[in-house]
Amino acid sequence: MAATETFYDVIRRQGITRRSFTKFCSLTAASLGFGPSGAKAMEQALETKERVPVIWMHGLECTCCSESFIRSAHPLVKDVILSMISLDYDDTIMAAAGKQAEAILEETKAKYKGKYILAVEGNPPLNEDGMFCIDGGRPFVEKLKWMAEDAMAIIAWGACASWGCVQAAKPNPTQATPIDKVIKDKPIIKVPGCPPIAEVMTGVVTFITTFGRLPELDRQGRPQMFYSQRIHDKCYRRPHFDAGQFVEEWDDEGARKGYCLYKMGCKGPTTYNACSTVRWNNGVSFPIQSGHGCIGCSEDGFWDKGSFYDRLTTINQFGIEANADQIGRTAAGVVGAGIVAHAAITAVKRVTTKREKTDA
Amino acid sequence: MSYSETKAADAHGEQAIDRKSVYVYEAPVRIWHWVNALAILTLALTGYFIGSPLPSQPGEASANFLMGYIRFTHFAAGQVLAIFLILRVYWAIVGNKHARQIFYVPFWSGRFWSEWLHEVKWYTFLARQPKKYVGHNPLAQFTMFFMVTLPLFFMVITGFALYSEGTGRDSWEYKLFGWVFSIFPNSQDVHTLHHLGMWVILTFVMVHIYVAVREDIMSRQSIISSMISGERLFKDEEDD
Repeated sequence: MAATETFYDVIRRQGITRRSFTKFCSLTAASLGFGPSGAKAMEQALETKERVPVIWMHGLECTCCSESFIRSAHPLVKDVILSMISLDYDDTIMAAAGKQAEAILEETKAKYKGKYILAVEGNPPLNEDGMFCIDGGRPFVEKLKWMAEDAMAIIAWGACASWGCVQAAKPNPTQATPIDKVIKDKPIIKVPGCPPIAEVMTGVVTFITTFGRLPELDRQGRPQMFYSQRIHDKCYRRPHFDAGQFVEEWDDEGARKGYCLYKMGCKGPTTYNACSTVRWNNGVSFPIQSGHGCIGCSEDGFWDKGSFYDRLTTINQFGIEANADQIGRTAAGVVGAGIVAHAAITAVKRVTTKREKTDA
Repeated sequence: MSYSETKAADAHGEQAIDRKSVYVYEAPVRIWHWVNALAILTLALTGYFIGSPLPSQPGEASANFLMGYIRFTHFAAGQVLAIFLILRVYWAIVGNKHARQIFYVPFWSGRFWSEWLHEVKWYTFLARQPKKYVGHNPLAQFTMFFMVTLPLFFMVITGFALYSEGTGRDSWEYKLFGWVFSIFPNSQDVHTLHHLGMWVILTFVMVHIYVAVREDIMSRQSIISSMISGERLFKDEEDD
C-alpha cells in the first residue's frame, strides 16, 4: 500500500461503485447531523485525504461493543469501515492470529506514526502490574501504552473504556481503570454505553477517519452530536411525565397504557445517550419502548449507584443501605423528637426554677 | 445603632418597664428572610413531589400537565431564591454589621468559641443564664452558616446545574453551572446531593423555629418580633 492511498482509492479497488460511494456519503452525513453541504464535504475528504487506519484493541471487556458495532443499521457504513477502509487490526474478528496479527501492530505503528486511530474496547487492570489481562504475552496495559504512543487519537469504546463499568465496580479487585486515567497525553473520545449504539459507533469512526479530527466533545469527553441530550429529553413517553402519569408497579394499568417509568426508577432523566432518537436494532425499539426503565448504562459508575429501580444513589456511608430521602427523613425525625424532648425539659425546668424563686 | 428609651404609663398608673431596643435587622434583611422562608417552603414541597410524584392523573396526557406545573413552580421559586440570595450577599457588603453575620464564622477568635461553648451549655441546661446579644449568638451564627448559608449556595448551584440538563448545553445555566458535572460526571449523584441538601435545610428550619420561639420566651432579648420590626428589645438592664 502506498502511503498516499486515499479512502476513495481503496473503496474503488474493492469494487464499490461511485454511486454507492455517494450514497454512503449522504447517508453518513445525514446521520451525523450535518447540513446539506455535509455530504459534499465528506466526499471531498474521502477522495483527497490519506486513508486513516484504525487499530481496535480489547482489554477487560465482554465484546458487547463489537457485537453492537457489527450490527449497525447502515450496513454500508459498517461494511465500508469494517472490511474496506480502515479496520487494520481487531484481534476478535480478524483472520490473522498470533505473530502474524501482532506484526500488523508493529507495521501500523511504524508506517502511520501519529496518524492512526486507536480504538479501545474494555480497559486495563492495573493491579499486580496488570497481570489480570494478558494480551499477546504481555500485560494489556503495556500494549495499550505502547500503541497509544504513536496514535493520533484514541476512541474509548463503551462504559468500560470510558468509565470502568462492571469490572471497575466496587471493590474493583483488579483495579480496572478507564482509558483516560491511563493515557494522559492523547486526545480521547469517550463513546459510553453498555454497549454503545451501533450507529453512534460507526458515526464516530466515520467522522474521525473522514475529517482527521475528533468531533466536538462535551465536558466529559463524549461527542456532542450523540450525547448532549438525555434519554428523558427525547423520550416518547415524556408527555406522560409532564402530565403526571406514571407506571406505579409492573403490569398495572399505567404500564399497559405506556405511562412514564419514572417511578419504576427509570434513569432516563440522568442518562446522556441517543437511545430515544436512534434506538436499537435498526431503529426497532429501545428499553423504555419495551416497557422497562433505562438503567443508565452510559453513565459514570452505573453499577455502583444502587438499584436499577431507584432514582437516588444508595448511600453506604452509614453502614446500612439507604437513599438520601430515607436518611433525611430519619434525621428530621430524630431532630423532631429531640426538639420535643428539649421543649419538655425546658418547660419542667422553668416551672421548677420559678417555684424555687417563689420559695426563696 | 440608636438606643431609644421608652417610658409610658397607662390609665391605671401602672408604669411600663424600661426596655432598651436596638435596630438590628434592616429592611432588606427582613424582606429577604421572609421571601427566603416562603421560597424554601415552596421548593421543599414541590421538590419532594418531583422526586416522589403524586399518584397518576386520569385521562389523556394532553389534558394533564400536573408534573409540568409542579416543576415550573419549583424552578420559579428556585430563581426567586437565587436572586434574593444575590441581593442578600450585596446587602451583606453594604448593610450594617449584623447583615454580615451569617456569612462567616470567626473561627480565629477565642472569645467566639468560649461564648459558643457557653451557649451550648445554656442549651444543655448546664448554664443558668444565656448571654445578651444584639445580633446572633455564636451558636446561632455557627449553625446558620453551616446549615443555611452554605446549603443555600449549594442548592442554588446544584439546582441550576440540574436545571441546565433540561435547558440544554447551549444555555447560560449550563455555561455557568455545568462545572458541577466535572466533579460529579453522573448527574444522578447531583440529584442525590440535592435531596440531601433539602433535608439539611428542612432540619434547620425545624430547629430554627423551635429555638426562635424558645429564645423569645427564655432569653433576655426579643427574637421573633425582631425579624418583623427589625428592633431588638432587651428584657433586663444587666450587662452582658
